[in-house]
Amino acid sequence: MKKMRVLLVDDEEELVTAMAERLSLRGIHADWATSAEDALSKLENNRYDVALLDVKIPGMSGIKLKKEMEEKYAGMKFIFITGHGSEADFRAGSIEAGPDYYLVKPVDIEELIKKMNEVTEK
Amino acid sequence: MSLREKLKITFGETKRAAPGRSRYLFNYRRIWKSVVLITGGVSILPLLFITLVNYVTIQHSIESEFILRTTRIVSNTRRSISFFLTERKSALDFIVHDNSFETLNNRERLEDILENLKRSFGGGFVDLGVIDSSGFQRNYAGPYNLQGKNYRDQEWFKQVVDSGVYISDVFLGFRNVPHLIIAVKGPASDNSFYILRAALSLSPFEDLLTNLELAGSGDAFMINHNGILQTPSRYHGKVLEKLALPVPAYSVKSEVLAGRSQDNEDIIVGYRYIDESPFILMIVKNKDVLMKHWYRTRLKLIAFLLISITIIVTVILRTASYMVKRMKMADERRLFTLHQVEYSNKMVSIGRMAASVAHEINNPLAIINEKAGLIQDLFILRKEYADDRKLLDLVNSILRSVKRAGTITKRLLTFSRNLDTSIETINLKQVVEEVLSFVSKEAELRAIETTVEISEDIPPFESDRGKLQQIFLNIINNAYASVKDEGYLKIKALREGNFVSIKFIDNGCGIAQEDINRIFEPFFSRKTGQGGTGLGLSITYNLIQEIGGRISVESKLGKGTTFIVYVPLNMKKGENSEKDAGIISG
Repeated sequence: MKKMRVLLVDDEEELVTAMAERLSLRGIHADWATSAEDALSKLENNRYDVALLDVKIPGMSGIKLKKEMEEKYAGMKFIFITGHGSEADFRAGSIEAGPDYYLVKPVDIEELIKKMNEVTEK
Repeated sequence: MSLREKLKITFGETKRAAPGRSRYLFNYRRIWKSVVLITGGVSILPLLFITLVNYVTIQHSIESEFILRTTRIVSNTRRSISFFLTERKSALDFIVHDNSFETLNNRERLEDILENLKRSFGGGFVDLGVIDSSGFQRNYAGPYNLQGKNYRDQEWFKQVVDSGVYISDVFLGFRNVPHLIIAVKGPASDNSFYILRAALSLSPFEDLLTNLELAGSGDAFMINHNGILQTPSRYHGKVLEKLALPVPAYSVKSEVLAGRSQDNEDIIVGYRYIDESPFILMIVKNKDVLMKHWYRTRLKLIAFLLISITIIVTVILRTASYMVKRMKMADERRLFTLHQVEYSNKMVSIGRMAASVAHEINNPLAIINEKAGLIQDLFILRKEYADDRKLLDLVNSILRSVKRAGTITKRLLTFSRNLDTSIETINLKQVVEEVLSFVSKEAELRAIETTVEISEDIPPFESDRGKLQQIFLNIINNAYASVKDEGYLKIKALREGNFVSIKFIDNGCGIAQEDINRIFEPFFSRKTGQGGTGLGLSITYNLIQEIGGRISVESKLGKGTTFIVYVPLNMKKGENSEKDAGIISG
């Protein structure tokens, strides 16, 4: 089975680095970025199966970032993750990703992997 | 129920509301009083005033009319009596000048004259006597044997000598029969004088006075200046008795006075001093009898007035009560709306704060989660750490705590998100458990046994999740407030046709029977002073109406309360919109 490639985008570096390492330990290739520009530049040279995006990212909203990424790399899947559960965020996030792929922090790693598998198999 | 209680106007028990709140409401009792007093005053006072003026005017004019009528009768009667006396006096005067003393001393001649007088003047003359200047009765014609009597020492004799003519009071005299005399002085041949004296019976006066048609139990009679009755009276005594009424003051014309009789009755007294005689004509009428018709009319007038006032007062009381009640309802509805807005604003604020707090906590929590997760991963996946059980337990403990904190923040987020209106598919069990999780700490601390039984046949249904949460939270909070420590709350949900019925059964203090119909009214609270606003259940009621459901309550004081909420399985469109739920009527 091909190794899954994931891009984690969140402004909390401590969070994304730990998550990336945990995913790596589970045999998933995980890169991370802490801003929208960083994330887009990562896409220049790499291809990913799934992007894990915060709804709010410095420099750009997660929704907008998702659109730009889709343009560059069609077929990429997205999971939104946020610490915020306001109605507006929830609607935006769940419309973009589907309510099942909108996760609220803190996220259980096993659940996250399950969701990533689901989204890539769709 | 006493009359006082029946008339007592109530505007609901506003006094039960928390004291601070009443300043937002009008003082209905004062408004009611003002309305009643002002409208009553402007309608009843003019009515009373007009009635009084009318009453006084009519009574006055009726009294004047009676006085005028009495005056007229007194004048006319006086004229008849005067004429009667003058006529007889003139007749005697004519006789003494037409006949000489000697002629009159002839017995037959005197008897002829008496006979002629009786025939021409129609009665009244009883006898005639001729008295010489020494007072000795020289000749006499009449039924009594008075020949030879001497009148020299009598008062009337002296008077007739002095003034030439004399009309006496009524007296008994030698004959012992009430009569009066008229005496005139005539010239005798020897430059001396003699007196012709006629006795008159009282019958002409009696005829005249008794034939008067007098209204009001009228009584006409004559008295002398000492108040001795000169003719018999119908009600005031016999001839020569003393009249009980005072002798009226002298006046040249006919007078009418008001007074009181010896029987303490109101009377009208008309009188006239008859010139050149000792007589006073009196006409006495009973005022009450005269005014009888007026009194009857007056009674009707007063009855009419009382009926009018009763009707006016009734209409004013009813109208004022109705209007003030309507005003109170409108006022309370206004205040309720105000409080409801306040309440939802508060809920939204709480929601925003909860969301923001949850967010702020979630980020560091996520970092802890990942770091601890990484440590755990390392322990599990790397052989060199795998044996250190103690460290692994510590990491697991951190992760469990993070999971717990995460559950709480997620719940807060869900709660605040649901405060905004959103129709979604409801899993009833999930909603109930979510709400219970907010209060589980209280239940645990107070050892309140809370059980949930949700029937399996309840399908997921469309409803407003936020409103359902608030409804359940309010009812559960109420139940917890009413049960003692170690009490219970049972929540049972069943499908009933197109509705789900959710029963909240507690063994708390219960609700008094008389309060049950009022607990959904705004501002009705038995927890005044303990933080109760009296709005919780009325807001709950409104929320239930908004989702198309209904609520009912059964309770026994001291035993417990059961609230049953019916939620429709098919929420109709538009049911969620604002609408005028019949809150006030409960």
